[in-house]
Amino acid sequence: MKRFNKIFTFLVFLFLYIPMILLVVSSFNQGTDMAVWKGFTFSQYGELFRDRSLLRLLGNSVLVAVLSSLIATILGTMAALGIHAMRGRMRRIVLGVTNIPLTNPEIVTGVALALLFAFAGTMLKINSILGFWTLLIAHVTFNLPYVILSVMPKLVQMDPDLAEAAQDLGCTPFQAFTKVVIHEILPGIVSGALMAFTMSLDDFVISYFVTGSDFVTLPVEIYNYTKKPIQPKIYALFALMFGVILLLMVAMNLLQLRDLKRRRTKLTQRREPSR
Amino acid sequence: MMKRIVTLALCALLAAVSLPLPASAAPGGTINVYNWGQYISDGTDGSLDVIAAFEEETGIKVNYVTFDSNETMYTKLKTGGSSYDVIIPSDYMVGRLIAEDMLEPLNFDNIPNYQYVDESFRNTAYDPDNLYSVPYTWGTVGLIYNSKYVDNVTGWSSLWDPQYAGKILMFDNCRDAFAIAELRLGYSINSSDPAEYQEAANLLQQQKPYVQQYVMDQIFSKMEREEAWLAPYYAGDYLTMVEENPDLSFCLPEEGFNMFIDAMCIPKGCTNKEGAEAFINFLCDPEISGRNMDYLGYSTPISAAKEYMDPEVANDPVAYPDAETLSRGSSFLALPTESTQLMDSLWLTVKTAGGNTSFYLWSSAAVLILVVGLLTIAKIRKKRRIARRGCSRRPDNL
Amino acid sequence: MKSKWLSGPYVIWMVLFTLIPLGIVFYFAFTDGTGQFTLANIQRLGAYLPILLRSAWMSIFSSILCLLIGYPVAYCMSKASPTRQKIYYMLIMLPMCLSFLLRTMAWVSLLEDTGIINNFLRSLGLSPLPLIRNTGAVILGMVYNYLPFMIMPLYTVLIKIDHRLIEAAQDLGCNQVQVFTKVILPLSVPGIVSGITMVFVPAVSTFYISQKLGSPGAVLIGDVIESQFKGAYNPNLGAAMSLILMALIFLCVGLMNHFSGTDDEEGVATL
Repeated sequence: MKRFNKIFTFLVFLFLYIPMILLVVSSFNQGTDMAVWKGFTFSQYGELFRDRSLLRLLGNSVLVAVLSSLIATILGTMAALGIHAMRGRMRRIVLGVTNIPLTNPEIVTGVALALLFAFAGTMLKINSILGFWTLLIAHVTFNLPYVILSVMPKLVQMDPDLAEAAQDLGCTPFQAFTKVVIHEILPGIVSGALMAFTMSLDDFVISYFVTGSDFVTLPVEIYNYTKKPIQPKIYALFALMFGVILLLMVAMNLLQLRDLKRRRTKLTQRREPSR
Repeated sequence: MMKRIVTLALCALLAAVSLPLPASAAPGGTINVYNWGQYISDGTDGSLDVIAAFEEETGIKVNYVTFDSNETMYTKLKTGGSSYDVIIPSDYMVGRLIAEDMLEPLNFDNIPNYQYVDESFRNTAYDPDNLYSVPYTWGTVGLIYNSKYVDNVTGWSSLWDPQYAGKILMFDNCRDAFAIAELRLGYSINSSDPAEYQEAANLLQQQKPYVQQYVMDQIFSKMEREEAWLAPYYAGDYLTMVEENPDLSFCLPEEGFNMFIDAMCIPKGCTNKEGAEAFINFLCDPEISGRNMDYLGYSTPISAAKEYMDPEVANDPVAYPDAETLSRGSSFLALPTESTQLMDSLWLTVKTAGGNTSFYLWSSAAVLILVVGLLTIAKIRKKRRIARRGCSRRPDNL
Repeated sequence: MKSKWLSGPYVIWMVLFTLIPLGIVFYFAFTDGTGQFTLANIQRLGAYLPILLRSAWMSIFSSILCLLIGYPVAYCMSKASPTRQKIYYMLIMLPMCLSFLLRTMAWVSLLEDTGIINNFLRSLGLSPLPLIRNTGAVILGMVYNYLPFMIMPLYTVLIKIDHRLIEAAQDLGCNQVQVFTKVILPLSVPGIVSGITMVFVPAVSTFYISQKLGSPGAVLIGDVIESQFKGAYNPNLGAAMSLILMALIFLCVGLMNHFSGTDDEEGVATL
């Protein structure tokens, strides 16, 4: 049974990674077609680095993703704490509203938000209001539910006496939060932040409608490649992003591992003299 | 852990910020250009980087953004909130924008290179007085087929040939798909007669069993790899495909065909009209136009540009058919809104018909009834249980 | 308790950027192109009902498939060593960071008649399989794209199941199957509910997957709504459709919460 489960898990991961491996392989292909191998080349990477606009778009995407997930995580965690303290109808209404950004088709959300921004623009007499800030607001808006939905279960699961106990032991409510509560819900916050980051990095429909002419993100540009087949330098970009994210994740893991080991050695050192 | 993540996030942020962001001040100002995706020579594979060349020559900074269809561009313009200086929509969309008073008349004094534009591309049907637009590219929609498997192609009727069932591709775009059906029926592609629409829809319905898929950009890989044998598409793109697969042939159907022109315009609300006109002028320069078309593969409305092009393309009858052939072509004009909406709903029926629609209706109804039944039973049970217990305590949830 | 007010900024944000746009959608749904009040958009929806239901069925099916595939994976993850768990967690997150468009296109080149898998089969002397342009391919696309959204909540729920409960059940004479059905499964219900919601909701309104992987007639409601904004330029009808879609989603999610016994506060909270 256990072995079966392990093999199954491996197969699922294979399923998830097959298309990505194919894309990485295609970045070294001489032809444009992913299904036809025409020989090995590094030239796609050269093309990619010559294309300054593509790299700028990638930078834009990362900037918006980092900022919006950061804001959404802070705002969302606060909101989750607040909702957790609510009861009854109030709580149900707020949670219901939380679901709305998830349920609307993206194109509808995009157009509705764009109309709102354009209206605000005419009110504030700003000619071209659409741009970086509107894009950021839109991304925070659709990131928030993911953060809240990740943090809420952790709050529900947390022992409500914990914060009180901390306060009884002399903590101020703020200290009780930073010293106790945040440690309990941290996994939820982290996964919410990560999810928000990924959603934001890969959004194209909403972004398309709420962004102006001076700030465009990468997925929007790729989505507009309808006149011609996708240039293979895009595959190179994909492979590069794959590599960088993988490296970042591995680095994060190694750091954590080192932390863990250090803490363990400290623990054993502390224990030794008492023996 | 938290600190680490915050530091990492901040590092990523710094890296992102330090990447070149658009410079705000340029000596000649800035223009916002709004064009189709991948629709300008951008320096790939040693081609000319048109925008860089323009920026260098004029000192005007270009913000280049793209759209994926005429309609999304229209939605974006209509919504407002952003301003563009140059847009490059297709013929019928130019007509619509003119009709809705969304374009600025051009000052041709600032576009001296307009003199190079061929006579046949002036006073077009969509801009009869030549006030608002300057053509960028043009081309024809013909039938691309693989001569290894298909022969005797003279007209659109091959797309209805049962012997090629499953190997036929069709436009995933109601205007283009209806145009082909209308041409086969001998109607105008700008008809707004509901009866003719219905006939065209019926014809498309007949074709559907033979269609492999309704596609747009996937056509390239599908034709090159011989996944499909027959597809209607643009002449310029055929020239790209034939480089990959020499068995592909192109035919301009005898029933007539669609000829498109994509044209540069200046929308109302632009902020740098002179800059925009300079950009339009730059793209009309024969050398720039020629080298740009070399990359795009579409045809240029500027005959003088052919000098600077790959002679093989410049003399290719597929890209530049003779006048007699061209006389069979016709361009799209803007249709009334009711007509587009009727066409779209007919197109949807074509695409979805034949599916098991009643199955979904009945099964959904059955499940709905089941669910409501279960709900009431559950409720009754709950009430009874509570009554039996004799107290109003809520049953424990998980 | 004062912490209730912590959600103040969030509530203001949602009113500004969710409720007002929703109001705009309502306005569009009940007006025509000129801004006059009309019910015509709502009346026209009847014709699109089969498509809506078809989309709903396909996404329900995909969510269930995601659950069946995701559960063993999440279970396996939760049983691995802490270091391994971290690695698994990353490997699940990684695909979500990268372009969904490109990954779907990669599937197209894998599945086509002259694609990689069929070419491989041909080189082995086998006959090619009809892998693309059918309902199965669309479901595959949905499962592929949304599987991580199922695994994540299942995993977070499974790691916090108290081990003593399982041991207690074993002590009381349960076999492995009974331990699973009587202890582990009921305790993971919040994760299941949350996972199904996160898969089902975006899958209903998807539009790209069916265009690339589906048969010529496989139109989903997301495609139809998209074409209202792009082809026909009838945003009013599109808005009406998306309202109906929203109603359907709320109905489905509400029903699921009801049946899973996690309705009222906790149900939505763990959603």
